[in-house]
Amino acid sequence: MRRFVKRLYLALILLFLYAPIFVLMVYSFNVSKSRGNWGGFTFGWYAELFRDRQIMQALWNTIVLAVLSAVIATFLGTASAIGINAMKKLPKRVILGINNLPVLNPDIVTGVSLMILFIFAFNMIGRGGLGFTTILLAHITFNIPYVILSVLPKLKQLDKNMYEAALDLGATPAAAFFKVILPEITPAIVSGMILAFTLSIDDFIISFFTTGAGVSNLSIIIYSMARRGVNPKINALSTLIFAVVMILLYLVNRMDSEKLKH
Amino acid sequence: MAKRLIDLVNVTKKFNDVTVLHNISLYINKNEFLTLLGPSGCGKTTTLRIIAGFEYPTKGDLLFDGESILNLPPYKRRVNTVFQRYALFPHLNVADNIAFGLRIKKMRENVIKEKVEGMLKLVNLKGFEKRPVSSLSGGQQQRIAIARALVNEPEVLLLDEPLGALDLKLRKEMQIELKNMQQKLGITFVYVTHDQEEALTMSDTIAVMNNGVIGQIGAPEDIYNEPKNAFIADFIGESNIIEGIMREDYLAEFAGAKFKCVDAGFGQMSGVDVVIRPEDIKITNESEGQLKGTVLNTTFKGVHYEMLVQAAGFVWKIHSTKMSKPGENVGLFIGPDEIHIMKKDAKPEGEVLNEE
Repeated sequence: MRRFVKRLYLALILLFLYAPIFVLMVYSFNVSKSRGNWGGFTFGWYAELFRDRQIMQALWNTIVLAVLSAVIATFLGTASAIGINAMKKLPKRVILGINNLPVLNPDIVTGVSLMILFIFAFNMIGRGGLGFTTILLAHITFNIPYVILSVLPKLKQLDKNMYEAALDLGATPAAAFFKVILPEITPAIVSGMILAFTLSIDDFIISFFTTGAGVSNLSIIIYSMARRGVNPKINALSTLIFAVVMILLYLVNRMDSEKLKH
Repeated sequence: MAKRLIDLVNVTKKFNDVTVLHNISLYINKNEFLTLLGPSGCGKTTTLRIIAGFEYPTKGDLLFDGESILNLPPYKRRVNTVFQRYALFPHLNVADNIAFGLRIKKMRENVIKEKVEGMLKLVNLKGFEKRPVSSLSGGQQQRIAIARALVNEPEVLLLDEPLGALDLKLRKEMQIELKNMQQKLGITFVYVTHDQEEALTMSDTIAVMNNGVIGQIGAPEDIYNEPKNAFIADFIGESNIIEGIMREDYLAEFAGAKFKCVDAGFGQMSGVDVVIRPEDIKITNESEGQLKGTVLNTTFKGVHYEMLVQAAGFVWKIHSTKMSKPGENVGLFIGPDEIHIMKKDAKPEGEVLNEE
């Protein structure tokens, strides 16, 4: 009996969590345009989706944005994590607090403040406007703290003598870093990069405020399409995005669990 | 005449405001096995790290072959270190760990292979080349760490409590192996440990450190038999340490009795510390002893029994192969050679101050 209740409870939670996505997925294969009835199975919306040039452009933007922002944030975040790890206790705590703030900060605040900052900067230099560069900068900005949070624990775990051992064996500081420290923290760097990548794909609010005319990513396109009445193409698109994010999260989790095994 | 290889000259090291090394001077001869011995926090590891180049002394100089190497970074010094926790590189297998230093030097791969094989043979781990280091036991990792350091043919090998994490039996084996290796290869070893037995077993020279100063430097026998002060006597092996008075040369008074001894030059009626090793006190019949007492406690220690005997207001620790039962009344006899007289530490004790 108790086991049954436990399982029922779990099933209910999963139902609540995934019912909306499930419905969306099912309707992406629905022939009928209306959401009320089931008109039969089709891949038609997917085909139409890939023919829609506006959506394909947004998809391209989203991927370029995700890759660029993830790679740049990974470089900056990893370098910062190494610096933070070498700090003394008090400054380290202060910096970590500053690092965690954007993570906890509501996206809307981050988005609006970045937009104001960009516009302020453009006014200062007298030219330029919101566009791909600003949205990229915004994505790099909100990704860096996550990379730091991913890399730092691994650095803390490292045997402090390992770097010294490399120097002792004749390696210059740079060689010691690339031959000893970097290989050790690579799993954490990769999982940080994947996390940054998914966060960038996911983001709507910050992108919405920091992008300019003509530059849209998928979430912005979906939002503007949804306002004109929901097109089943969006269901198809959302299903695909969900699938991609699922796969990436699975990869990150698997890497984490492998880390635990060691 | 032994050649001086490393010279620490008036080295002082402060971390923030805490002084961990007070103006220490020490030289290490070529091919010497020198042990820095002391309790944790005495500055022995810091001394080693200064020689390795990981710490920079606040004051003083470090000479290698007569030239200052203070400003030489660790990767240019002709020393290699075996770390306490081995610090092997987990992403590399056994062979690649050992080859690390050689690859940095861009040696040819066939030469590297040969050297790695030679080292594995030396540390008795032939055939382990492809094993990941995480699959090895503590003792095996330890050997790999030693091989990884020795393969670079350093002039000096620095070892920071390398046997600390091993169990007793393995530790004893490794002590002998290390000593043999050192003699075979003719490399200077600087060894840090807090284990006095380890130090006595392996060293040519022991430097006993406490509170950032070197208390005594000498051969193991000298330090054991003629400790310079009560701290060293207590740290190197077990001791009975009692306060006494030198009545005159060759005559000491302690525990309410007078004893002939072999020490002189302390002046008449001067206060001293008397050190007597537990194995140097003989238990006799009650009538034949210089002191009379009662056995409080007897413990079997394997090779010998350890007995605590209450006599003359003091509990004496005595090691003997013959057992006396608790409660037995016995006599204690201490020969003149067994009594070590030491000057009292210069610092006045709190108790003495209160009496004044």
